[in-house]
Amino acid sequence: MDTAPLHAMIRFGLGRRGAEPPPADPAAWLLEQLRTPDPARFDDPPTAAQGLAALREDRDTKPPPNESRARKLFQAQAAAQMAHAVTTDAPFRERLVWFWTNHFTVSLRRGEIAPLAAAFVQEAIRPHVTGRFQDMVLAVMRHPAMLLYLDNAASIGPDSEAGQRSKRGLNENLARECLELHTVSPLAGYTQADVTAFANVLTGWSIERQQDPLGFRYRPRAHQPGTQTVMGQPFAPDEAGGTAALRFLASHPATHRFLATKLVRHFIADDPPPDAVRRIEATLRDTQGDLGEAAAAIVRLEAAWTPGQKLRAPTDLVIAAARCLEVPPDRLPVLAILDGLGQPLWRAPAPNGWPDRATDWAGPEAMVRRIDWASGFAARIGERDATQIAETALGPLLRPETRDAIRRAGSRRDAMTLLLTSPEFQRR
Amino acid sequence: MIIPRRTALLGLAGGLALGRASLATAAAAGERRFVTVLLRGALDGMAAVVPYGDPDLTRLRGEIVPPEPGRPDGTLDLGGFYGLHPALAGLHALYKDGQAAIIHAVAGPYRVRSHFEAQDCLESGAAHRMDSGWLNRVVGTGDEALAVGASVPLLLQGPAQVANWAPHGFSQPAGGLYAQIAALNAADPVTGPAIAQGLRARGFSAGVLGGPDDPKARNAFATLARAAGAMLAAPDGPRIAALELGGWDTHTNQASRLTGPLKELDSGLVALRTALGPAWAQTVVLVMTEFGRTARVNGTKGTDHGTGTVAFVLGGPVAGGTVRADWPGLAPGRLWEDRDLAPATDLRAVAKGLLAEHLRLGGTALARVFPGSEAVGATGGLLRA
Repeated sequence: MDTAPLHAMIRFGLGRRGAEPPPADPAAWLLEQLRTPDPARFDDPPTAAQGLAALREDRDTKPPPNESRARKLFQAQAAAQMAHAVTTDAPFRERLVWFWTNHFTVSLRRGEIAPLAAAFVQEAIRPHVTGRFQDMVLAVMRHPAMLLYLDNAASIGPDSEAGQRSKRGLNENLARECLELHTVSPLAGYTQADVTAFANVLTGWSIERQQDPLGFRYRPRAHQPGTQTVMGQPFAPDEAGGTAALRFLASHPATHRFLATKLVRHFIADDPPPDAVRRIEATLRDTQGDLGEAAAAIVRLEAAWTPGQKLRAPTDLVIAAARCLEVPPDRLPVLAILDGLGQPLWRAPAPNGWPDRATDWAGPEAMVRRIDWASGFAARIGERDATQIAETALGPLLRPETRDAIRRAGSRRDAMTLLLTSPEFQRR
Repeated sequence: MIIPRRTALLGLAGGLALGRASLATAAAAGERRFVTVLLRGALDGMAAVVPYGDPDLTRLRGEIVPPEPGRPDGTLDLGGFYGLHPALAGLHALYKDGQAAIIHAVAGPYRVRSHFEAQDCLESGAAHRMDSGWLNRVVGTGDEALAVGASVPLLLQGPAQVANWAPHGFSQPAGGLYAQIAALNAADPVTGPAIAQGLRARGFSAGVLGGPDDPKARNAFATLARAAGAMLAAPDGPRIAALELGGWDTHTNQASRLTGPLKELDSGLVALRTALGPAWAQTVVLVMTEFGRTARVNGTKGTDHGTGTVAFVLGGPVAGGTVRADWPGLAPGRLWEDRDLAPATDLRAVAKGLLAEHLRLGGTALARVFPGSEAVGATGGLLRA
C-alpha cells in the first residue's frame, strides 16, 4: 500500500486530523499549502505593541505574578497558537512556522518575553515562511522580542552621544548570535572583530517601551558612528547600514549552506544527506533565499519520502495525538503536558533553540515519561476505539505487531497507551 | 486521613489515581456503604479460587495449578474442593472470619470475548452498552457522585451528578504494560534501548517486566483504597465508591504474572477495610471482572479470553466463609463452547441480591438499575439476616 499520503501528513504536516481525507496527490497537496496564504486567523492577533503595553501596565500597577497582564496575555496567546496547530488544515505551512520560530528562538527563560513571544511568531515569522529569508531576518532583528531576548535594546555605541554621556556601552549578544545561529554560522569563519563591528552596526536598534506607539525604535543617539567592516564588507553608519548588513548576511553563501542543513535535518534525517543539502543550498542560492521555493524543493527530494526517519519531538507528539483524536485543544492542559515532556512552549534553554535529533530527545527517562504521559492522556480522553484510530492515524505505517497489541489490550486505556507509545506513532 | 466530601470536591484530597488503579465515589443517603472493585482485563477465576477438587483440573491446566492446601506454597484452604491463591492472604483471613464470600462460575450476560465490549456491558449492567452505568443508577436523585481519578468510569456515568477530580502529574501504567511497550519498541534503534534503560533506571527488573510484581504499583492501589475507605467512613462522606485495578490479562506466564496484581488487590482490600474502621460493619464490597479465561492452559503458559470466573463479596454484613457455586465441572462436555468454565450464576443476580438486601432497593429500582434483567432473580442470602 502507498505510504505517501499518510507520510506527507506526518512528516511534512502535524499528523492526520481525525479521518480527514488523505491527499490524492501528496506532493501537490504540500506545494499548494506553500502557494496559498497563511490561514491562521486569531480573534485577537498578537502584536508587540500589545505585549509592550501589558509590560508597561504591569510596571505601573505591580500586580502579583499570577495576575499580571503579561502572563494572562501569554496564556491566551499560547492556547490560541496550540489550538491552531491542532486544527489547521495547512499543517505543512504551520510546521514551517514552528521550524523558523525555533531557528530564531526567543525564550521565556528571559524575563518579559512572555507577552511578546506570540507576537514574534505572528509578526516576524508567519508572514515570511514562504517569502524571502532576508525579509524574515529583518523582521526578526527589528522585533522587540528578539531585541529584548538578546539584549540589543540596551546596547549602546561607546562613541555615540549616549555612550559618551553614560557608562554603559556595547552588548554584542544579538550580533554574535545572529552571525552564529541565524545566518552565516561559524562555517563562515568570522572573527571577534567581525562580531564587534556587527554589534556596532546594530547599536541603536532598540525598543520604545514607554510612549505610544510602542515597538521598534531606532535611537540615533545610541548608534556607534563611523563605517563598520563585517566579514570584509563595509557598512555605512545609521539604520540603513544595519539593514544592508543584515541583507548581506542573510544572502551569504554560508547562510544558504547552514539553512539547507537545518531544513534537511528537520525534513529528512538527523544526519542530513549531503546531496540533499546541496540541492536545497542551490535552490536558496538560485532564488535569492526564497523559503517557499526551498520548502518546495524538499518536497521534491526523494529522500524526504522514506517514512519514520525522524523521532517526533514532544511538541510534535502531543499535537499529533490531539489531532488524531480530534481533542478540542481547550480540553487539554497542553502547556503543562509540554512542561512534563521536557519541551515547554517557547522556553528553549538557549538561543540555539530546541535540538532536532532523536538522540537529544530519546533519553531513557524522557522516553519513560512519554509512556506515563500517554497512559494519563489515554485515561482522560475516554472511551475511544484505539484500533480504529491507529488505522486512521497511521494507515499503512501501522505495523501488524502494534495492531495486534492494541487489539488484544486489556482495556481501552491500555490500547490507546500502546498506540501513542508505539515506535511508528513516535516517529515522523 | 479523613476526607470529607466537600474537601475532596475542592481538590484537596491528594493523588487518588495512581498506576493502574483509580477510584470514583458517589454519595448516597444513609449509613450503608457500597463499594465496587472492577478488575479490568479478565481475572482467571480458576487461578484466584482454584477448584483443586475437580478431577479434570490438572488435565486441563496442570502446569499453572499451584499446590493444594497444606503443601509448600499451596493454596489457602476454603473448606475443601476450593483453594484460595496464596497471594490473597488478607482476603483469606476475612473469609475465615465470616466476612468474605466467594461466588464461582459467575459471568455477565455477554458471551463474545472482547475486553472492551464486555467491560461496557458489565458497567452498563446490561447485555449491551448503555449511556449510563448501573452504579450511577443506584445513586439516589439529589446526591452528588464524585469521580476521583483520571476519568469517570462508565460504571458511574449517568444522570446522577458526577464531579470529577484528577490528580496532578502523570499517572503511571502497570508494569505489564511497560513491558509490552518495551517489547513493541525493542526493534527501534532509538526508542527501544532508551525505554529499556529508562525502565531499568526506574527499578523495573527484568523479572518485573516479565511479570508485573511492582511494589510501587501495589502501594498505589492500597493508597487509593485507603483514601476511599477514609472518605466513605467520614460522616458526610460519599456512600458509594467505585475502584478499579488492571493487570489481569495473563496470556503468557500466568503463574508468575498473576502474583503481583493479586497481592495488589489483597493489600488494597485490607487497606479499605482498615480505613473504614467501624463503618466496615455497614459496608459491602463487590469485586468483579468482565469475564474469565480459558480452562486449558495455552501455548505460552497463560490463558486466553474465556467466560465463567469468580466474584468476591466482602464486608461486615456479608454472610461469609462460603464458596457459593453451582459448580458446572470441568469434565468433557461440561465446558462452555468446549473451552471455558461454564457460567452458572449471572453476575447481575449477585449485584441485585446485594442492592436489595443492603441498600434496600425494591423491584422497580432494580429493574431500572439492570434493564432487561427480569429473568435474572436476585441471589438471596448473601448477607446475614
